[in-house]
Amino acid sequence: MSRIATPYGLLLPAAFLYGLFIIYPIIRQFDISFYTWHIFPGVHNPFVGWSNYAKIFHDPAVRTAAWNTFLFLAITVPIQMFLGLAAAALLTDRLPGRGLWRALIFLPVVTSWVVVSYVFAYIFAQQGGLANAVLSLFSGHAVHIDWLAQTWTGNAVIWIVSIWKGVGWSFIMFLAALDGVPRDLVESGRVDGASEPRIWRHVVIPNIRPTITFVLVLLVIGASQVFTQVYITTGGGPFGSTSVLLTYAYQQAFSFFNFSYAAAIASLMAVVVLGLSIMQIRLMRRNDDS
Amino acid sequence: MSILALKDSRSLTKDRLAREARRTRASAQPGLFGIRSWKKSRLVMACVFGLVSVFPLLYMLSLSFQPTSDILTSSPVLVPTHPTFQNYVQAWSENSFSRFFLNSLAVALGTVVITVLFSSFAAFAFARYRFPMKEIIFYIFLAALAVPSVELIIPQYLLALKLHMTDSLPGLILIYSSENLPFAIFLLRGFFEAVPKDLEESFRLDGAGPLRVLSRLIAPLSAPALAVVAMFTFNFAWEEFVVALTLINSPAHRTLPIGLNFFISEHTTQWGPLFAGSVIATLPSVAVYFISQRWFQRGVSLGGIR
Repeated sequence: MSRIATPYGLLLPAAFLYGLFIIYPIIRQFDISFYTWHIFPGVHNPFVGWSNYAKIFHDPAVRTAAWNTFLFLAITVPIQMFLGLAAAALLTDRLPGRGLWRALIFLPVVTSWVVVSYVFAYIFAQQGGLANAVLSLFSGHAVHIDWLAQTWTGNAVIWIVSIWKGVGWSFIMFLAALDGVPRDLVESGRVDGASEPRIWRHVVIPNIRPTITFVLVLLVIGASQVFTQVYITTGGGPFGSTSVLLTYAYQQAFSFFNFSYAAAIASLMAVVVLGLSIMQIRLMRRNDDS
Repeated sequence: MSILALKDSRSLTKDRLAREARRTRASAQPGLFGIRSWKKSRLVMACVFGLVSVFPLLYMLSLSFQPTSDILTSSPVLVPTHPTFQNYVQAWSENSFSRFFLNSLAVALGTVVITVLFSSFAAFAFARYRFPMKEIIFYIFLAALAVPSVELIIPQYLLALKLHMTDSLPGLILIYSSENLPFAIFLLRGFFEAVPKDLEESFRLDGAGPLRVLSRLIAPLSAPALAVVAMFTFNFAWEEFVVALTLINSPAHRTLPIGLNFFISEHTTQWGPLFAGSVIATLPSVAVYFISQRWFQRGVSLGGIR
């Protein structure tokens, strides 16, 4: 093998898999979004141009799903970041049992979405659920809320599972970042008599800003992809009122066989998410400069 | 995922490697707060964080040992009053749950082997060779970090149909491996680049080819990074839901995450066996985590993996 052929040879297996199962599907998804695609072989698939995309903007169910996705993002992302940073700040210094607390806070991250969705579905079950029992205890009369069968409470359960499972990830990211804040800068700030909040604002936060951007971007991307916890807890119900964009697209594709319409929704989302993350980075960069 | 974010994360990775080295010194210095009087309230808050994080999992464990009569009562039982193994017996024997377990194990191990092998080859090429379009190819690999499994499930399903790969475990292994390659290549490239070049030169002078250099020199020196990749890949494949849900039809080919669904029917949910099954499904990943926490957490902070 010649010198130049070697690296390509080494790349080949990974490139083949990646090209076939990731790159090709990305292109394919755009492609079928311009047709009315039938899954059965031999059936004519007419080209319909942008009409699948036009349909998205006139579909009230998409509006609901987009709103729920946005709410999910706007609520879970800031709370996860705040709690993650708070926990990291608590544990960055020496503390009795620091290793144990660290391990426990990160634990939800390694458990599976499917399993924790079932656990929370049971905690918020109407019959025998822990949430209703606790509310009954505090209010003094029997509470029978059917959490998962109502729009707002159903959404709330989805947010709670997601925050609970997500905090550990931000926590570890911020813990690593806080570790890298120069201690001498903090100390000299203190010697000069600066208050703790001032030190946080002028020394700590600027030092961990790259991590803040990184965590924010990854959480936003992750939040826009929310699927499993919705699929398992509420299933998007009642009447689609807790569905998010991907559960709606999934339902369109695999329950109603509208593959092209679902592909259009997924493709549009990919573009929006990409735009969002570029915008976020630009904004954070500009703040850095000023 | 935007390329910009990845550039940031790459420089972050280098920063963090430097910090790792500083960490031992840093821990001897006064902490970020340095105020003794905060210690007690900090401890209490850390306790609260820890308890909230672990409570739902302990509750699941407790439920898995409770008889159905306790699970469905209107006043929940936190600690089993009539502990029983019945749920485990039922979960394991009914619904071919043991089959799902073995399927999941086979898929997870297969995914680990393919991902570790292929990503090491690719990372080695990126770390040690110069060739046209190198960085462009690298960023194309990373681009997929923004497009996780759910987003591509429709075209992947259509592709699997065409390749006659639906309802097959090897099909799952190939798709899972493809989805894990980007982060694995990203993480390994950094580690491989850190292996000193002169070590490689002496190997080459002895007539060693690229595969020998990789398997005898670079891989052993990067063992921690390979372990991190293996752990994350295992966990990913072990808990993956959407692809399995879509591609697998026959009960014989179900993996654990979609197998759990068997305990739920239209009108009733068998919570006891479901949670016994959930505990069985959770044990391997939690065990791996507790054995190698440090590596796990470092893997997350280095690669930004979720």
